[in-house]
Amino acid sequence: MLLYIVRRLLWAVPILVGISLISFLMIHMAPGGPISVGTDLNPKATAETRARLEAYYGLDQPLYVQYGRWLGRMATLDFGDSFSPDGRSVAEKIRERIPITLTINVLSMGLIFLVAIPIGIYSAVRQGSLFDRVSTVFVFTGFSIPTFWLALLLMILFGVKLGWLPISGIGSLEYHSLGTMGKIADRARHLLLPVLLTGFTGLAGMSRYMRSNMLEVIRQDYVASARAKGLPEGTVVFRHAMRNALLPVITILGLSVPDLLGGSVIFETIFAIPGMGQLFYQGVMSRDYPLIMGILTIGAFLTLLGNLLADVGYALADPRIRPG
Amino acid sequence: MREPVRRAFPPAIALLLLLAACGGGKPEGPAKGTAVPDVPAHGDAIVEGSIGDVSGFLSAVTSDSASHAAAGYVFNGLVRYDKDLKLEGVLAGSWEIPPDGRKITFHLRKDVKWQDGVPFTSADVMFTYRRMIDPNTPTAYGDAFKQVKRASAPDPFTFVAEYARPFAPALESWGMDILPKHLLEKYPDISKSPLNKKPVGTGPYRFVEWRAGEKVVFDANPGYFEGKPYISRVITRIIPDQATMFLELKSGGVDTMDLTPPQYARQTGTAEFRKSFNRYKYTASAFTYLGFRLSHPFFSDKRVRQAIACAADKKALVDGVLLGLGQEATGPYKPGTWAWNPNVVKYPHDPARAKALLAEAGWKRKDNGGTLVKDGRPFEFTVLTNAGNEARAKTAAILQQNLSEVGIRMRIRTVEWAAFINQFIDKRDFEAVILGWSISPDPDQYVIWHSSMTGPKELNFVGFANPEVDKLLEEGRSTFDPEKRKKAYFRIQEILAEEQPYVFLFVPDALPVVQSRFHGIRPALAGISYNFNKWYVPKALQKYRIEP
Repeated sequence: MLLYIVRRLLWAVPILVGISLISFLMIHMAPGGPISVGTDLNPKATAETRARLEAYYGLDQPLYVQYGRWLGRMATLDFGDSFSPDGRSVAEKIRERIPITLTINVLSMGLIFLVAIPIGIYSAVRQGSLFDRVSTVFVFTGFSIPTFWLALLLMILFGVKLGWLPISGIGSLEYHSLGTMGKIADRARHLLLPVLLTGFTGLAGMSRYMRSNMLEVIRQDYVASARAKGLPEGTVVFRHAMRNALLPVITILGLSVPDLLGGSVIFETIFAIPGMGQLFYQGVMSRDYPLIMGILTIGAFLTLLGNLLADVGYALADPRIRPG
Repeated sequence: MREPVRRAFPPAIALLLLLAACGGGKPEGPAKGTAVPDVPAHGDAIVEGSIGDVSGFLSAVTSDSASHAAAGYVFNGLVRYDKDLKLEGVLAGSWEIPPDGRKITFHLRKDVKWQDGVPFTSADVMFTYRRMIDPNTPTAYGDAFKQVKRASAPDPFTFVAEYARPFAPALESWGMDILPKHLLEKYPDISKSPLNKKPVGTGPYRFVEWRAGEKVVFDANPGYFEGKPYISRVITRIIPDQATMFLELKSGGVDTMDLTPPQYARQTGTAEFRKSFNRYKYTASAFTYLGFRLSHPFFSDKRVRQAIACAADKKALVDGVLLGLGQEATGPYKPGTWAWNPNVVKYPHDPARAKALLAEAGWKRKDNGGTLVKDGRPFEFTVLTNAGNEARAKTAAILQQNLSEVGIRMRIRTVEWAAFINQFIDKRDFEAVILGWSISPDPDQYVIWHSSMTGPKELNFVGFANPEVDKLLEEGRSTFDPEKRKKAYFRIQEILAEEQPYVFLFVPDALPVVQSRFHGIRPALAGISYNFNKWYVPKALQKYRIEP
């Protein structure tokens, strides 16, 4: 098992390099560049200024030199400095955005699991019942409703009309003068709508997975034999069926690892949340190459890690598929 | 959101419509504060909404409006534009320019201190100049300073810039934020200095904190040489979505923002809204145009361009695109400013005249109705504009309808911004474009109209070439005499109106809204923010208590 993990980790290195190379080429192929923002259609910028700026950012070098430099820095885990005028390090920019994005994603993912799993189980057990049909409509409403529209409606209701909740942002203006409890309460009030909405829109996938797994399992012979033994229905469903139906959830959990740090651009924009989604979007719009590469590399790494965790976790939970 | 507040330097970055809050207008809304003693008082805070985050505080190295606005609170230039968009001294109490125009001597104010207490002197100006021409400074604004042949600081309060030849826009360039030498000289690259994140300037506000993507906070500078501003704190909240920002405004989370025309026309007219907010309306410093590639066989004929100008229903554009919140454009200058010529040839909506002009140019209808044809070629072309700009998309749709009425088929194609600039504008691979320029207060538009500015990446991308305009552009920038300049720019506008290298479409209004507890706002040609330091909230109306 250990050998398997080590082998997978070693394999991850060339895969990461490959991903980074493709990403690097793609972002350089996109029209425009880091200096376009300041100099395109700027009457004050001459060709000389452009040449000077390109030299400043090292963009006058051939692509393979630029990529080589980036890879060299990455080998020492140095993400480099952002091309944005503040020139701050990419690592610092990402670090300050992680807590809020992670908080929202962990909370909403928790919410999804908490709500979707019971919905899935219950609709499977009572397949075709009124609850099954109503919950199906409910989760698919969440899946298909335009989120920015729903968000605005809720903001108008709770923020403007009722005045119960703040509309946007992650803290009140006086946040930093509040005590610890006050801070937690303030943050909670700000995160309530974004977390609920993210949760609502994510219910469909999880509850459907759960429902179909459960339907699959409930038809198995061992469930029938459990029932035949005269076990109460609750024991049959929760002890015998649910455990096995939960197995594929491990895979989903593993595959969700990269999502923990990937913010949603739409949610973060509409709720004015300074998270990873906005950072990445701004990076792309301003062609901030080091920042884009930094975030893509972290994403790629987390995806590989998530896959590995899912495989290992699955093997631990299910003896049938342990590697030889 | 708004243009930099008390600053002169206008980064004339084009195409950011509805950015500038400028123009001559009147305040609108009922009289306020009848029950409250209306006397200026210190205190309270203003919360501004900004779509974009700050990317740094040293405006020499930033190029976005949010950063320039933030820098405007903390720094000053030697000069700035006043309420009538004329240059006045700030850090320079006065200046002299000899008749030959080759030298500017600035006499600096002697009562200015940096916010850390160190006196401001000509050494700071010299330092700023040197850094602007230093290749280690990643600035897009260095060119004006490279024109300086010799700079000197004969004493602590005199700074002299000498030029090889007189260059009128040079004076404006000294509106660049002056940097503190004592805090920056040990950093070879100012963009990497701590001051780019925690600025220290001479300006009316001191930097307090910047939370990336969230907010920037400034407090009034008690030692400001023009007097401590009344409003004690400025908080700029970063809210990337216009609709969210508007809801924040309504719920009290934001005190001021710029409205879109639909918000102004349809969502803010209620008595309830007008009780809490004052809306303002000015001519923005920007215009939208239809530009032609002049080497194109269709558009090389002046009569065709004039015909399109007649066919374009500019009133319908102002009504349809801006909901009436703007005016028809007649040239590339801001209506009401000294360089604007009100008496140029205009092209009222006249499809009959358009048809006549097209017929004169050889465009005939082959059979009844349908598209015009000349030498077997139908009059069909594609207009390009950038994706995501709703105003331009609507403009294109209305023009398409206008032109079809005179027998011209115009196709519309929207392209992502970077691709639009790099693949089409820079490569001159277009037939016509719908774009906009922001209008800088200095009328020098050499780089847009001079026939020498048609190289790669240069901005005369339509390929306009007119020897008289070339000569006038050279004259206009090489004299400081306002009368001579005015004469040159008036004539240029006459020629542009006759030639129609662009069909000038409309000038939008800027539509700022401010919570009504703020008093002292005096709209002028320059907008409302030029006297921000004199805005105040009467004691009884103050909302936030700011601990000094």
